[in-house]
Amino acid sequence: MHIHRLEKIWIGFGLVMLAVFLTVLGIFAFAQGVQTPHSYAHQGVDPEKLSETPPFDQPGVYQIGENEYEAVIVTYAFGFNPGEITVPAGARIHFVVTSPDVVHGFEIVGTTVNMMAVPGEVNRVTYTFDEPGEYLILCNEYCGVGHQAMYTKLIVT
Amino acid sequence: MAQTIDRADGKLALTHIIFALAALMIGGIAGMLQGMVRGGVIELPGGIGYYQLLTAHGVLMALVFTTFFIIGFMFSGLSKVTGGKLTGTARGLGWLGFWLMAVGTAIGTVMILLNKATVLYTFYAPLKASPWFYVALALVVVGSWLSGAGMIVQYVSWRKNNKGKISPLFAFMAVATMGLWYIATLGVAITVLFQFIPWSFGWVEKINVMLSRTLFWYFGHPLVYFWLMPVYICWYVIVPKVIGGKIFSDALARLAFVLLLLFSTPVGFHHQLMEPGITPFWKFLQVILTFMVVVPSLITAFALFATFETTGRAKGYKGLFGWFKALPWKDVRFLAPFMGMVAFIPGGIGGMINASHQMNALVHNTIWVTGHFHLTVATAVAITFFGIAYWLIPAITGRRMTEAINRLGILQVSLWALGILVMSGAMHISGLLGAPRRTSDTTYNGNEIAAQWDPYNMLMAIGGVILFISLIVMAVALIKMIRLPKGETEYPVAESLTPAEATPRWLERWGVWVGLAAVLIVVAYAIPITDMIANPAPGAKGFVLW
Repeated sequence: MHIHRLEKIWIGFGLVMLAVFLTVLGIFAFAQGVQTPHSYAHQGVDPEKLSETPPFDQPGVYQIGENEYEAVIVTYAFGFNPGEITVPAGARIHFVVTSPDVVHGFEIVGTTVNMMAVPGEVNRVTYTFDEPGEYLILCNEYCGVGHQAMYTKLIVT
Repeated sequence: MAQTIDRADGKLALTHIIFALAALMIGGIAGMLQGMVRGGVIELPGGIGYYQLLTAHGVLMALVFTTFFIIGFMFSGLSKVTGGKLTGTARGLGWLGFWLMAVGTAIGTVMILLNKATVLYTFYAPLKASPWFYVALALVVVGSWLSGAGMIVQYVSWRKNNKGKISPLFAFMAVATMGLWYIATLGVAITVLFQFIPWSFGWVEKINVMLSRTLFWYFGHPLVYFWLMPVYICWYVIVPKVIGGKIFSDALARLAFVLLLLFSTPVGFHHQLMEPGITPFWKFLQVILTFMVVVPSLITAFALFATFETTGRAKGYKGLFGWFKALPWKDVRFLAPFMGMVAFIPGGIGGMINASHQMNALVHNTIWVTGHFHLTVATAVAITFFGIAYWLIPAITGRRMTEAINRLGILQVSLWALGILVMSGAMHISGLLGAPRRTSDTTYNGNEIAAQWDPYNMLMAIGGVILFISLIVMAVALIKMIRLPKGETEYPVAESLTPAEATPRWLERWGVWVGLAAVLIVVAYAIPITDMIANPAPGAKGFVLW
């Protein structure tokens, strides 16, 4: 099949760019730890039994190190447990989320915290809050009639 | 008087097209209302829920308008290029498919109107709609399988009667499109038939949520290529004839479609990058495969501009860009698809951003994503379909497409492009600022951070109104088409620059390509899906939260 010289250059250029993009993404994800949120595939939790299943039997923010926290959050229709969270500036927070009912989104506006809370699964993402201020946490996956009212705040002092 | 299209075949195609455009109009009313609600301009009259409207909008636009238009268009083209007449079997299957899909659409619409299926067009579990909603979806899918069978029957019949000849390009592309559709719908059929229907009828108590999502997105990504491939048929086969030129490379056009057949499906995880239950390895593997599916679009972009330039130069236009003036800008049959091509540049780039593994965190479930698909399906695809309708409908009905209709068409698509620019532009920016999608209201009780999104919501409302005005213009044009003077309208099918006999025959070895597509799907999906079935997370009961 005859391929025009210019087309070979165009497709070659395209393939090189795609390879560069994938390499950059891959290095940052797998070597630098800037990764997609994920649970380890075998950590299912029964959505009907969250009140008996650690850590979700005691949702809250727990200090686990010097300005390092684990935030165990249950997203439900239509709110978050715990509600408002307050941490000092520079806090490194490991968010651990699930849902007892339907799929919810967990987005902290203005940050890279944006993941799905799926009933039966546990999702995790980590973020360091260097900037003080009030952050808006909202559900960004349709979950029913109260979806637009499902939000809370994270305050960084 | 010579007929552009066989009467019986034309009736089949036209019925699909009109059904599609009716769905578009109703879906368009919903869309405009949604924009106005979010912009704070109106409150919905009692009894209508925002999310109900949103479900209707998604289903009517992304499933009904698209599928019916595509099948109608492809039947018309098949009739035209494979000897001028569909076989009785092909046409019969086409009608059977139409009726099944139409009944499914009707049942689904009733369920949505009754507020028993306010689950949005992605119907994520464990939101649980009425079982009849899922039955309706199944009818639409099974109907489309019959339609596809009709097209394949026609293609096979042509090949039997033309042994040794390479198939007409339109026919090859239509078969590739339906081939992809069969592969893709396997996923949604399995989840709807074996998960959603038993669960919603109450025969099983719980549903495997991750499996249902994964099977949906196994379907959901190739769905967009099912929309795109008929658009590419128009750009590759119709547009060169409209501009007075020829197809740049018959072989490379077929190669692009083969690549789409191979790489459209093993990529669904890029819609699930922010989910638990799938390890980063499998997500990244499917991201790599996703980037491969960019290649056929790069091939297409080159082919289109090469067609424009060679056509212009053949007409005597000189200089680096002189050929640009050769293009028929005042012909809606060219202008509309060209606008679609232009929209596809940021649309496709945005899609690559969305699929960029961890970078998806910045845009996931924000209204940027909505901006993205209003550039791709709602512009590249829809505006091209509009451009087709303006000549296809008169061609079928045996009337002459007049300059008046052409001008109305130019007005209509220009308004559409303007509306999209305003609306989708605002969606992209607002989404980058974190505004969520699929939400009736983004004020969050007067929150200051949320307030920054308000001006963009107003722009979206304005854009939505402009789009609705465009649909009114289209409705006027459609009514005028009924009273066009009798005559002939061309069905533009281009010839290839290189003789078709030069195209390598291995491109038409469907067994090889379908086999390879299956291998890629197994590589991308077998292990993660097996894991979801063998080591499932606890299942979920259904919820009706609306």
